[in-house]
Formats: sequence, structure tokens, C-alpha cells
Amino acid sequence: MQVIPLAWWQLALAALLVVALAACTAAARLGMGRSLLVAAARTTIQLALVGLVLEALFAAARLHWVALMALGMLLIAGREVVARQKRRLRGGWAFGVGTLAMFLSSFSVAVLTLTVIIGPEPWYRPQYAIPLLGMMLGNTMTGVALALDRLTDGAWQQRAVIENRLMLGQSWREAIGEIRREAMRSGLTPVINAMAAAGVVSLPGMMTGQILAGSPPALAVKYQILIMFAITLGTGFGTLAAVALASRRLFDGRERLRLERLSAPRT
Amino acid sequence: MPATDALRLEALAIGALEAIDLTLAPGEILCLSGASGAGKTRLLRAIADLEPHGGRAWLGEVAQEDVPGHEWRRLVRLVPAESQWWSERVGDHFPAGNAPGLAALGFDGAVLDWPVSRLSSGERQRLALSRALSPAPGALLLDEPTANLDDATTRRVEAWLASAIRQGGWPTLWVAHAPAQIARVATRHFELVDGRLRQAEEGPCR
Repeated sequence: MQVIPLAWWQLALAALLVVALAACTAAARLGMGRSLLVAAARTTIQLALVGLVLEALFAAARLHWVALMALGMLLIAGREVVARQKRRLRGGWAFGVGTLAMFLSSFSVAVLTLTVIIGPEPWYRPQYAIPLLGMMLGNTMTGVALALDRLTDGAWQQRAVIENRLMLGQSWREAIGEIRREAMRSGLTPVINAMAAAGVVSLPGMMTGQILAGSPPALAVKYQILIMFAITLGTGFGTLAAVALASRRLFDGRERLRLERLSAPRT
Repeated sequence: MPATDALRLEALAIGALEAIDLTLAPGEILCLSGASGAGKTRLLRAIADLEPHGGRAWLGEVAQEDVPGHEWRRLVRLVPAESQWWSERVGDHFPAGNAPGLAALGFDGAVLDWPVSRLSSGERQRLALSRALSPAPGALLLDEPTANLDDATTRRVEAWLASAIRQGGWPTLWVAHAPAQIARVATRHFELVDGRLRQAEEGPCR
């Protein structure tokens, strides 16, 4: 089955409706018309550019180009993790911890999925590797950012409790244990909820896309299950690693709580 | 068996405090007073190694930097002016299972089953003292341990503390303001003035 081609003028029709929505929000004085239009414009430009990049990448299909693209995606995800935290570790640690955790989890799960489970030829074939990595990074980023934000904010709010526990002779792990667990939980909750609701409440985007592109639903479902598992693994291990690394950084070698390593929230 | 280790500070420096030298004998209570902001709490925090500081500290033969931070703090126990309670039940905060001096502090054993939310600030302060003595420390740093208590309770708590300290043989640094209390419990009384320790003038109340 052939996908029905979409022309730019057909997209323009949908864009007109977005403009109409912006006009309605302006009329209702929500103050969001402008940001709605800017976001819509960003979607168009960013996706058009990525389309060009992907066309070139698929044509070349060389490992080093795929790796470069993956690295670029990782660094942008790392920046996004930093931007989503209220109090972040200073001195590049927020970026370093988040990026390293995402690299360890997303990349190893993606490579494992590609080589062992899906097995395209060659294993880094960009049609498989880039969408898989993109979906994993997008979700891992959300989990890592939520967990780190919860950790640093929790340590700040509960600094007196942590220090009192230290005074009683507890190790830093015990003293921050509950905050760590809470942070890990909040990073894992979105993927667990997404898995629980998949197919019942929401039809996942990738599966929808595959079906639109003409895949038999049974195959699309298998791919979707695989992706959900890969996303869960990436998010889970990424969150655990990020919280473990960042919570260690909140203490020094003498197990003292060093909150001056966190930046003040932006006002 | 009372402990026989002295607490020794050598050139301890933190914030405005430049070089504090001090030796506390086993079972001794040294009362420390000084204007608010003079650095009393920070000195205690430095001795407990909760903040980066200069100089060295020993308990007996054990040097601060030779043991991990949590082991040092298990030996040199700091009781802050305001205690924190993180679990649901009072008893959860006593991992060793025993709460020393409950009766002397005015509680019966049932308090361990109370929810923390039921405690008044004075009850929290008294229970924090009991909590800090279980398991037994090697030295004590008390930051205004009776600040939220009425007179009668203050007398009872300080009498219990002083006798526990002498029996345990713990060198103790006790931050206090009331001259009457200092006269009752202190073996020595120092003031923190301009970043230095100095022996306090004997007040008329003595």
C-alpha cells in the first residue's frame, strides 16, 4: 500500500486553522496567541530541517554520520535537562550528570535493541537507529529531568532533616535515602503510566504512524511493544544513574551536605 | 564504664573564628556563651565536621580526618537547637530501640508509639536529647539544649543531662545563655568574643 502524499498547500490549510485558534485565544485574552504561533512556526521549521538532515543521512547511511547525529541529539537533550531544573548543580555538573546518565542508558539500550532484537543490515541503518534513539532520548530526558529536579529541590527543602540525620551518625546514603527514592519514583512514574494507558486510553504515536504508512496493525503493535520496553529501560536506568550520581555530588568526601553546589533558582 | 577520651581542638578555624585551641577532659562540661552571631553554632558544626573548616580535632587517639565523616559524627554527637523528625512514629527515630532517660525527661515508654505530629516543641527538644544519646556517643556538643523549656523542666532536664555526661565520661561543649544554668552545670565557662575563646569573668550569680 502506498502512503497518500501530502502537499505543502494541504499543510497550509491546517496551518490556517492554527492561526484561527490563535485569533480565538487572542479574542479570549488568554495572552497565548503569540506563543502558540511561535511554537507552530518552530515545529514547521525544525521538522522541515530535520527532514532534510534525515534525507541526507538515509542516503549516506554511514556509521560516522549516524553517530554524529546521535551525539547532537544527546547534547541537545542534555541542555534540555538542565533547563528543566529549578536548582541545578553548578560547574557543569547538572549537564554532565544528565548527559552521562542518558548516554549510558539510552545508547546502550538502543544499540542492544538494534543489534540483538531488530537486527537491520547494517545494525546502524538510520531508518531504524535514529527514530529509535529519538524516542528513547525524548522519554529518558523527561524522566531524568523530573528526577533531578525532585532530588535537588528535595535536598534544599529538607536540608535541616538531612543534616540532623548526619549529626546522629548516619551515612550520607541513609541521610538522603528517602529523597533519593522519591526522586527515582517521580522519574519512573511517567513511563509506567504510559505503559498502563497504552492502547486503552491512547494510541501511541509511533504505532499510529506505522499503521498510516501501511503496516499491518499486528506488526505495528509488536514494534510499539518493543519501543515501550526500550523506552522504559532507557528511562529507568537513566533515572537511577542520574539520581545516584547527582546525590553523591550533593555531599563531599567528608559526607557533608554541600548545598552551595546548587545554583539559586531563577526568579 | 565511663569513657576516658578527651576532645581536643587544634587551631580550628571557621568563618570569623581564626584558631580555636581547646581540650575538654572526659566528663567535663564546658559552657560556651557569646553574642548571637558570634559563631557558637558554627564552631559546633566545625567540630562535628558538618562544614569545611581549618585545623584539626581529636577524640582520644582518633583524629577527625582519619575516620569517615559519619563515624566521626557517631562519636562526636551534635544536638542542634532545633531538632528534625522525619518519620511517622517517634520510635522510628530510635534505631537502637532504647531511649535513654525517658522517665527523667518526663515521658513513659508509650511516647515511642506516638505520631511525631503530636509532639510539642518542648517535647521534641527533650526527645531529641534522648535520641542523641542512643547509642552512646564519645563526646557531646549541645546547642542550647533547654531553650524551649519552662523553668521547672529546664532544671530537671539539665540535672539529668549533667549526670548522664559525668557517668558516660563524655567531654561536652554546652552552648548556654542563662548565667544561672551555667553556674549549675559548668565545670568551665568560656565566652566567644571577636572570634576568640576566653575564660568568662565569674559573674555575681556564682
